[in-house]
Amino acid sequence: MPAGLLGIEELDRAAIEALLARAKDFQPLQSQSLKKLDTLRGKMIVNLFYEASTRTRTSFEIAAKRLGADAISITAAGSSVSKGESLVDTLNTLAAMRPDAIVMRHSASGAPHFLARHLPTPIINAGDGTHEHPTQALLDARTILDRLGRLDGLRVAIIGDIAHSRVARSNVHLLSRFGAEIVLCGPASLLPAELAHLAPGVRLTGDIRDAIRDADVIMMLRVQLERQHEASFPASEYFTFYGLRLEHLDLAKPDAIVMHPGPINRGRELSSEVADFQRSAILNQVENGVAVRMAVLEKVIG
Amino acid sequence: MSIVVKNGRVIDPASGTDRVADLLIVDGRIAGVAPNLSSPHAEIFDATGLVVAPGFIDMHVHLRQPGFEHAETIESGSRAAAAGGFTSICCMPNTKPVNDSATVTSYIVEHARRHAVVNVHPIGAITKGSGGTELAAIGAMKAAGAVAISDDGLPVMNARVMRRAMEFARSYGVPVINHCEDLDLSAGGDMHEGVRSVRWGLRGIPAAAEDVMVARDLLLAELTGARYHVAHVSTRRAVAMVAAARQRGLPVTAEATPHHFTLADDDMPPYDSNYKMKPPLRSTGDREAVIEGIVSGAVSAIATDHAPHPGSEKMQEFERCPFGVIGLETAVALALEHLVHPGRISLGRMVELFTTGPEAVVRLGRGTLEPGAPGDATIFSTNLEWTYDVNQSFSRSRNSPFHQCTFRGGPVATIVDGEFVWKR
Repeated sequence: MPAGLLGIEELDRAAIEALLARAKDFQPLQSQSLKKLDTLRGKMIVNLFYEASTRTRTSFEIAAKRLGADAISITAAGSSVSKGESLVDTLNTLAAMRPDAIVMRHSASGAPHFLARHLPTPIINAGDGTHEHPTQALLDARTILDRLGRLDGLRVAIIGDIAHSRVARSNVHLLSRFGAEIVLCGPASLLPAELAHLAPGVRLTGDIRDAIRDADVIMMLRVQLERQHEASFPASEYFTFYGLRLEHLDLAKPDAIVMHPGPINRGRELSSEVADFQRSAILNQVENGVAVRMAVLEKVIG
Repeated sequence: MSIVVKNGRVIDPASGTDRVADLLIVDGRIAGVAPNLSSPHAEIFDATGLVVAPGFIDMHVHLRQPGFEHAETIESGSRAAAAGGFTSICCMPNTKPVNDSATVTSYIVEHARRHAVVNVHPIGAITKGSGGTELAAIGAMKAAGAVAISDDGLPVMNARVMRRAMEFARSYGVPVINHCEDLDLSAGGDMHEGVRSVRWGLRGIPAAAEDVMVARDLLLAELTGARYHVAHVSTRRAVAMVAAARQRGLPVTAEATPHHFTLADDDMPPYDSNYKMKPPLRSTGDREAVIEGIVSGAVSAIATDHAPHPGSEKMQEFERCPFGVIGLETAVALALEHLVHPGRISLGRMVELFTTGPEAVVRLGRGTLEPGAPGDATIFSTNLEWTYDVNQSFSRSRNSPFHQCTFRGGPVATIVDGEFVWKR
């Protein structure tokens, strides 16, 4: 199997630290007027997105271009996918054009893992179903490091639809490598008890106040209506019990930060005031997306 | 035409036989089991060091014909059965068209008579098109050769329909076989609901999906007096409920598949569709409960649920892949490897699970070496070392989780109606 990046679960602490350190090197580049390097000049990266995505796809594209690579993006609509071609046939076709890496997002958990077994091209997982979203967890970790100066021994609350969240899974794996105390919080139907076995240091609660108390980091998740295959909770009550409001923040550590992988739904999972709050790190996350993805592309292809 | 199988260890649970002897088959019928048998012009097979048993019965296979011949045919499936030591197989009705009428039942019986190398006995549908609402022509299918009724993968969800089916089945003397899965609880699920499914972000099929329906069916079986059989039991609670029902004297039986007594969800490589089936591979505790059920007698048959799917259908995103694995060629070896060699059950008990156990449910008039019985025999080794290569399978499909597994013991030769249909 060629070395791509399928998930955080496969990475050890040293590998994560190396990627985060390299991402830091790329951060200043983002604000320079001349942003382009030639590290990956002559390399070709295919972004294959089977699911709608604005920020992840754009940020992978920008990351590739800033490293000097050529990047093309394919979305499922309007490609051979919509003509009924199977996933493996599509990928074989693309692989035959000899790209240096395929960045892939897919609605099926494990789709990149399945392809990695059958393709010679390294695959970078840009989010698979409800499984993992490794670059999101890396950019979240980079953001925490920037804001709090450390990853070790943090207390992190992750709140929302945990069951369907690839962001939550990748973050749990990553933060657990650094000894974080992770509290997962959501309605019981979106918080299966088995989540407690995902990684060391994970605890579950149904009480948002319990989750936030003394937290260093509060990660809010989007309520993913498109992944709700049934009515798992009464939508009308969601914000009342699991929405983050300003008064909750008094329970957290004084310098606690609020994160959200986006896109945010003001008034559904967090109040508008929280979204605009000075300790909100949401735009830092977006900014770090490019730096982290440059580090990943460089490691996989460079 | 006659065959003498010399010097094998003859194990015939039906007649209480377990001794080294010769087996004589003449004109397609068992002629006797005794030392030093002979017959003029007989084909001699030296079975020294081997076990000679009544022909094995697999009461749960999918032959895919009519309708899905790209996955399997009655002929190819029967050849896989012969290579697995099976002399009789019962095929589930989820063909296209569904076997819900005497016409389809007769087609399968007639086609098998001409093309199959083992005995093929159809299982009829419970409801028309296995749609779950209107009863199929149960009496007519029985008259045409159906040995049981089942909607297998599309279990009857309506308890009232199931009750009526059981009442009819009882009056016709056919057993009702159910694939127990509450379709609302399992909807969208791809694997056992547990730590693995949550970790991999795959939707789970809770054990309760099986337990709920087993509980309902046992109550209905008691209400109607029907003979009732749980297909591929996979959970600890389902095994316990079947055991309790049998203790109360109900005519209730259960089968277990080799994959459910050998594998658990923890043994699954990530997103490998050759491990995707229904019921799913359960927890290690459930697997152990299935083995304990086999040991205690709550489970009285081993059946493969041989479910061929072509590679193109299994080469997809995990959630899009169909459920099912092939199993005819590996069943005996897996039973030896995981039940007999570790000392969980005796060799005699294993033979029961492949002969008298299923025979008691589907009543083929086979599964014994008594003189006069049909001349079916399974000859197997308990120590032959071999490796399963799925690419050499007689099946048209390759979806096995046991590719490249090495075994101690397995089928050596298979005799159906007095003729060798397969030799290793």
